[in-house]
Amino acid sequence: MSIRHGLLALLHRQPMYGYQLRSEFEATTGSTWPLNVGQVYTTLGRLERDGCVSANGDDSIGEDLQKTYAITPAGRVELELWFSTPVSRARRPRDELAIKLAMALVAPGVDVGAVVQAQRTDTLRALQEYTRLKTRAEDGELSWLLVLDALIFAAEAEVRWLDHCEARLARHRPAAVTAAAPPVHVSTRVRKPVSR
Amino acid sequence: MNAERTVPVLQLRDLSRVHGSGETAVHALRGLSLSVSAGELVAVMGPSGSGKSTLLALAGGLDTASSGEVLVQGAELGAMSRRELAKLRRRSVGYVFQDFNLLPALTAAENVSLPRELDGTPAKAARREALEALADVGVTDVAERFPDAMSGGQQQRVAIARALVGPRRLLLADEPTGALDSDTGEAVLRLIRRRCDDGAAGLLVTHEARHAAWADRVVFLRDGAMIDDTGRVSTVDSLLTGDPA
Ligand SMILES: Nc1ncnc2c1ncn2[C@@H]1O[C@H](COP(=O)(O)OP(=O)(O)OP(=O)(O)O)[C@@H](O)[C@H]1O
Ligand SMILES: [Mg+2]
Repeated sequence: MSIRHGLLALLHRQPMYGYQLRSEFEATTGSTWPLNVGQVYTTLGRLERDGCVSANGDDSIGEDLQKTYAITPAGRVELELWFSTPVSRARRPRDELAIKLAMALVAPGVDVGAVVQAQRTDTLRALQEYTRLKTRAEDGELSWLLVLDALIFAAEAEVRWLDHCEARLARHRPAAVTAAAPPVHVSTRVRKPVSR
Repeated sequence: MNAERTVPVLQLRDLSRVHGSGETAVHALRGLSLSVSAGELVAVMGPSGSGKSTLLALAGGLDTASSGEVLVQGAELGAMSRRELAKLRRRSVGYVFQDFNLLPALTAAENVSLPRELDGTPAKAARREALEALADVGVTDVAERFPDAMSGGQQQRVAIARALVGPRRLLLADEPTGALDSDTGEAVLRLIRRRCDDGAAGLLVTHEARHAAWADRVVFLRDGAMIDDTGRVSTVDSLLTGDPA
């Protein structure tokens, strides 16, 4: 992940200026992930190159500041893929999940409950695998067992947090986000965990 | 025995349970289907009130479905007489209740040996089995105590011993680790897992992901319906290559 997907999620709500995206990003994720404006424009440049966003506006003075950015159909496809793909437990960048949920809440038409459920299923699957490894490693190295326990507890904590998010969502049914944009479809069917 | 291998030990078909009627009707379960085979342990997770205990009670023949079928070892519970049902429950089904449900006038050992004796095991052998089952869950020291003189965790372990004693083919456990510390809880899960590895079918309700992870499959209930399923994981080693840091 990426700033990339975060920006796409914000643009899915409405077209924006680059500097505006930065403040929206920070407003959405709190202080979890401070961005500088240079990162935002670099990322927007790549997104434009990849056809995921289109830029409009006065380019005459060579200033990106004048441009507004809008998500393209290709950008929507990429965003949809991001939301519907569980974050792999292997090699997870820190906090991606929390940010994904924060973004899912503000992006119009995302079924946040489905995002939570897809993640919970995937994390439980990882937990099942760790548990199997642990039964096999029972007479083995203590250090390995401790590492497995660490993985197990972290995964368990994540599931508990997801349960908590779900309960919170149920209490707090959002009237907030009304969609002008087409909904992002999230499948609760998730793929098997992959190696690497 | 061969037939039992091929027919799932437990089959739930399009099961619904409605409490009350009209506007106040509570749909505790809505058209749920699930099978559990010999050797398989399935965990059920879901928020409070999602229908987990209802599901287990129907599977164990303690409650009757509004519609749908429950088959245990291929036999439909709805078609059984009360006697047949009672016999099946005693002989084939080990049930751990959410609230333990021990008989207050019996000691721990008697609570565990009673179902075996009712089933024709001689008293002495039944007692020996009971003491072994109590030892398995680490509560030998309370064997001669009555339930009101045991801690919650001890009562829970006696209830588990009672469910595991004898050659039960179907284990149904409703939050069997709720009153246990993390280590004891894990020991109980190992025991249930081992019974399933030896050929029993298990259905386990739990709120704890760490315990659910002992199952071959975890299903999620919400509002009486199954919303997801972890499926069977075959790639046991795939996460080994991930970073353990
Ligand atoms: N006898 C009854 N009469 C009316 N409603 C009932 C009855 N028994 C259960 N219910 C309702 O059925 C729904 C499912 O209950 P159930 O006990 O199966 O939930 P659960 O998933 O086991 O919850 P918990 O995690 O709290 O144990 C709940 O809404 C409950 O209030
Ligand atoms: Mg319950």
